[in-house]
Amino acid sequence: MSEINSQVQRVSGTGLPLRGDDIDTDRIIPARFLRCVTFDGLGEYAFVDDRTQLNGEHPFDQAQYQGAKLLVVNRNFGCGSSREHAPQAIARWGIGAIVGESFAEIFFSNCVAIGIPCVTASHEDVLALQGAIEANPSASVSLDLVNLTAAIGDLTITVTMKEGPRQAFLSGMWDSCGQLVSQGEAVQATAGRLPYLAWA
Amino acid sequence: MSQGTLFDKVWDLHTVATLPSGQTQLFVGLHLIHEVTSPQAFAMLRERGLKVPFPQRTVATVDHIVPTQLQQRQRPFIDSLAEDMIVALEQSCQEFGIRFYNIGSGKQGIVHVIAPEQGLTQPGMTIACGDSHTSTHGAFGAISFGIGTSQVRDVLASQTLAMTKPKVRRVEVNGDLRPGVYAKDVVLHIIRKLGVKGGVGYAYEYAGTTFEAMSMEERMTVCNMSIEGGARCGYVNPDPITFDYLQGREFAPKGADWDAAVAWWTSVRSDADAEYDDVVVFDAADIEPTVTWGITPGQGIGVTETIPTVDELDEGDRSIAKEAYDYMQLAPGQAIAGTKVDVCFIGSCTNGRISDLREAAKVAQGRQVVEGITAFVVPGSESVKQAAEAEGLHEIFKAAGFEWREAGCSMCLAMNPDKLQGNQISASSSNRNFKGRQGSASGRTLLMSPAMVAAAAVTGTVTDVRELL
Repeated sequence: MSEINSQVQRVSGTGLPLRGDDIDTDRIIPARFLRCVTFDGLGEYAFVDDRTQLNGEHPFDQAQYQGAKLLVVNRNFGCGSSREHAPQAIARWGIGAIVGESFAEIFFSNCVAIGIPCVTASHEDVLALQGAIEANPSASVSLDLVNLTAAIGDLTITVTMKEGPRQAFLSGMWDSCGQLVSQGEAVQATAGRLPYLAWA
Repeated sequence: MSQGTLFDKVWDLHTVATLPSGQTQLFVGLHLIHEVTSPQAFAMLRERGLKVPFPQRTVATVDHIVPTQLQQRQRPFIDSLAEDMIVALEQSCQEFGIRFYNIGSGKQGIVHVIAPEQGLTQPGMTIACGDSHTSTHGAFGAISFGIGTSQVRDVLASQTLAMTKPKVRRVEVNGDLRPGVYAKDVVLHIIRKLGVKGGVGYAYEYAGTTFEAMSMEERMTVCNMSIEGGARCGYVNPDPITFDYLQGREFAPKGADWDAAVAWWTSVRSDADAEYDDVVVFDAADIEPTVTWGITPGQGIGVTETIPTVDELDEGDRSIAKEAYDYMQLAPGQAIAGTKVDVCFIGSCTNGRISDLREAAKVAQGRQVVEGITAFVVPGSESVKQAAEAEGLHEIFKAAGFEWREAGCSMCLAMNPDKLQGNQISASSSNRNFKGRQGSASGRTLLMSPAMVAAAAVTGTVTDVRELL
């Protein structure tokens, strides 16, 4: 089992602006697609009900955004259910990083766990980035976790990320499972200090 | 930075190590799993050849996909995908030695209903589950939060999680609730005031005389919806009401352990001089029976109010409000009372406990569900169902025209056969009014207390339950 996953320092590719606040994980992947025992194949169902209602006009369906790598969203993205199926669907559709005004916490940590960095920027900067992508969908957007910037053409915005997850991406240790398992003795020591484990 | 709060104490006690990233490795005292978010985690364990070092600290049940009609609960399920999911859980629990409360065991039910009723949930614990409503268990003074499937894998493989410590906000509500105002109204009011992302980055400590006076089931309702306000975790300090609830339950400490437990539980309470990152204060007298009109749980109003116009809202709330008017087909300025409903759902991890059913039954008793409305009651667990039947609540509901179902998550998220059709409107005691949440891509949900749902069922419209009490 490898302790080091791939380092994530920069993500580049074309962008996909998805406007709207409070987009919840039920919209990202409706509950009926949780009836499965694997995440395989979820990519094609990302935002399926929103896409059906927009009849081809949803950004995930529009021709100019096919193959996009960077998703740009607004406020409180990924709120609601803890389903990891939501970031899995987005990642399997092809997204490698998300820039937004803010993210719901469980969604954010699920993204970290599967190697998808989510960075935040101000309302004005996110709108500017979305506008720049809409104006030139074929332009490459580059997200730089070392210098904490996102850039497209002449536009460069400042982004932020909590230091712990950022370091996890930079060092390639975002998949924490191996590190956690390797602390077996310390885990036993902590367990030994908790009185309730002896009551059960 | 907070100091001396229950959150700080329990966090410190469960800290195993600081990881190279700077995150905390946190021990998980109780891990709850269900059929939807765990199968992939077990698959990852097998792929990596990992074992489960603390199998006795994980407990499983099946809740999300289970049918609530008795005849459909026969195995194998008619729905082969649902059958695959329950089989996967059964096999994984057997393979890794995990306790599993299956259908018909008498202990099956919504994971956040059964863990408290079995006495598994206790003060001072850290509790994780692949379900965002894990915040429910905070009612006991536990730190409890929802996780994703990769984190379920981490807990199974190590009994720990990589976490960043949040800030702590004290959410204080003082005073007596007025008649017809319930715990659900309190939490809908808090979310309305603080917003659906107001709690991001915070754990909420619910304090003040209103919460001190609440039963454990009422506290669970409040903590359950912390996540709807953006807070991954919410809790109430443990007190004699907590201890009385726990005493005698199957997994509660017994004999000399009980006394030691009460002393330890008391020691983890927030200190009188604890420091918080933020404090907000509400007055219980300001809270009315509350109903949501939109597509986020923060879009709630008192039942006597009108749907806010764009001008009445903060600038940041306007774009989602416009989306809500359109989706809900409700006009700004319109009264919410009198809105016609099609389906009435009483149940869920928010409001599917015995006290919820009692309050709804008081309203249903001697009245009739309006013709054309589908109204049904889904107990939160097999044990809640049994207790309700022992009191005769099922007869009250059935006589009034409600369907009386078996335990599960049901129409809260509609992963089982219980779904809205087309653009039906439901009055629902559940926790989320998101677009498409209740199983139809155009279905509409109005969140409210169980008593308010019963009032809607017997009048056909959103009705101030105080008129029927």
